[in-house]
Amino acid sequence: MRELIDSEGVSRGLRRVAGQIVERQRGAEGLVLIGVRRGGEPLAREIARWVRELEGHEVPVGSVDITLYRDDAATALPNPRIGPSQVPCALEGKRVVLVDDVVFTGRTIRAAIDALMDYGRPERIELAALVDRGGRELPIQPDYVVLRAEVGPRDRIDVVERPGGMVALICPAGSPSTPPTP
Amino acid sequence: MTDSRLRHLTSVRDLDRAAALRILDTAEAFLEVTRRPVRKVPTLRGKTIINAFFEASTRTRTSFELAGKRLGADVVNIGGSASSTSKGETLRDTVATLDAMHADVIVVRHSASGAADYIKGRTRAAIVNGGDGMHEHPTQALLDAFTIRRHFGRLEGLTVAICGDIQHSRVARSNALLLPLLGAKVRLAGPQTLLPHDAAALGAETFTRLEPALEGVDVVMMLRIQQERLGSALLPTLREYARTFGLSRARLGLAKPNAIVMHPGPMNRGVEINDDVADGERSVITAQVESGVAVRMAVLYLCATEPGQPIGSE
Repeated sequence: MRELIDSEGVSRGLRRVAGQIVERQRGAEGLVLIGVRRGGEPLAREIARWVRELEGHEVPVGSVDITLYRDDAATALPNPRIGPSQVPCALEGKRVVLVDDVVFTGRTIRAAIDALMDYGRPERIELAALVDRGGRELPIQPDYVVLRAEVGPRDRIDVVERPGGMVALICPAGSPSTPPTP
Repeated sequence: MTDSRLRHLTSVRDLDRAAALRILDTAEAFLEVTRRPVRKVPTLRGKTIINAFFEASTRTRTSFELAGKRLGADVVNIGGSASSTSKGETLRDTVATLDAMHADVIVVRHSASGAADYIKGRTRAAIVNGGDGMHEHPTQALLDAFTIRRHFGRLEGLTVAICGDIQHSRVARSNALLLPLLGAKVRLAGPQTLLPHDAAALGAETFTRLEPALEGVDVVMMLRIQQERLGSALLPTLREYARTFGLSRARLGLAKPNAIVMHPGPMNRGVEINDDVADGERSVITAQVESGVAVRMAVLYLCATEPGQPIGSE
């Protein structure tokens, strides 16, 4: 297990992403940030904090749980736990930025987009991720990325909260998952 | 972790505490789904659910039908006078037919106690009991528990009085099994002739008068008086029943000040429950209906999804 990005890298990266999000549409008008549960939730909140700092604008933040939208939902979950989705406002005509910690096959994002569509018809949906590790199985690409990383196909990336902030770790195939906070 | 996966649900006895809580927790997520602009998820797309209702039912059948459809499954209703049962087909042959149609879940409602268990071994489909004779109605008990838990935030330490025709009530039986499993205490109250002889075996306190049963309870659950039992030795007249066992505002005053009133429906207004109570601010009867769809979505979801290896998550 080694550190892929330290907490300072995560913090600077998210600030940069917040700047790019604001830059692309020249402001934060109609912007809604939705974290993909659960890894994307704290990242979405952090990006919202930076947008507020940059624009003086409070951005609605929510989360979406994709369990019911997985393409393997009916066969692959021996012990399913469905979390709550919290969409803070109607998405009709809004600019939604989906936020996830790691983009890999793209299947999670496909499911998250389907889930969002059931809350209304956003004007556009963009995607921000902390780590893009490649290995896509669907034609889905993030619009904003903090770090692109070459990772073995069976290695795992854990994003965890540490006393100094969030860090991303690379864990070799087969290693136990990282405890949330030491 | 214990494996609280659900294969069939024919009786509350199929559930341990963890499995029951899993259903209630899953139902919370589905309640959110039923309140969205688009009240449908694609989770059970391609699955087939057959509602085999051999006994009259509108609300339970509608509730299961909506639950299945909101999960994206194909739902077919059979039963009633149009079914082949009325042409003399045996239950066994009907089930063999449904099995050959590759049903994933069969929800069965039948006037014979034990019908759901009878079917269970005769098909590859998962079986959900939608009410069998005087035996059980497990999804009703689950939706009642869910409604109570949402209202009070807990079930532990609450006392629930179930009142009316206990003897013939599968709702009472399923609740008397489920609620104690989740930490609530159950009282059963009804005329002597309508109390089961094995009430003690259910572990509940029994009462032959309504007033003492209501004293200090958190939940008052009234049962429908089944009119077909009238005129028999069990129950002389409706008026007599309403006078002694009907829930009035004055009688409700014996329960805790914040007690809620429940009824599985359909109600006989002016018989087991008065209008001012049924429509009063302590009634959660319409909340029970909303809970019903969410709880049945949870049960269908857990029964229809098959065991498998989790595919590597991102």
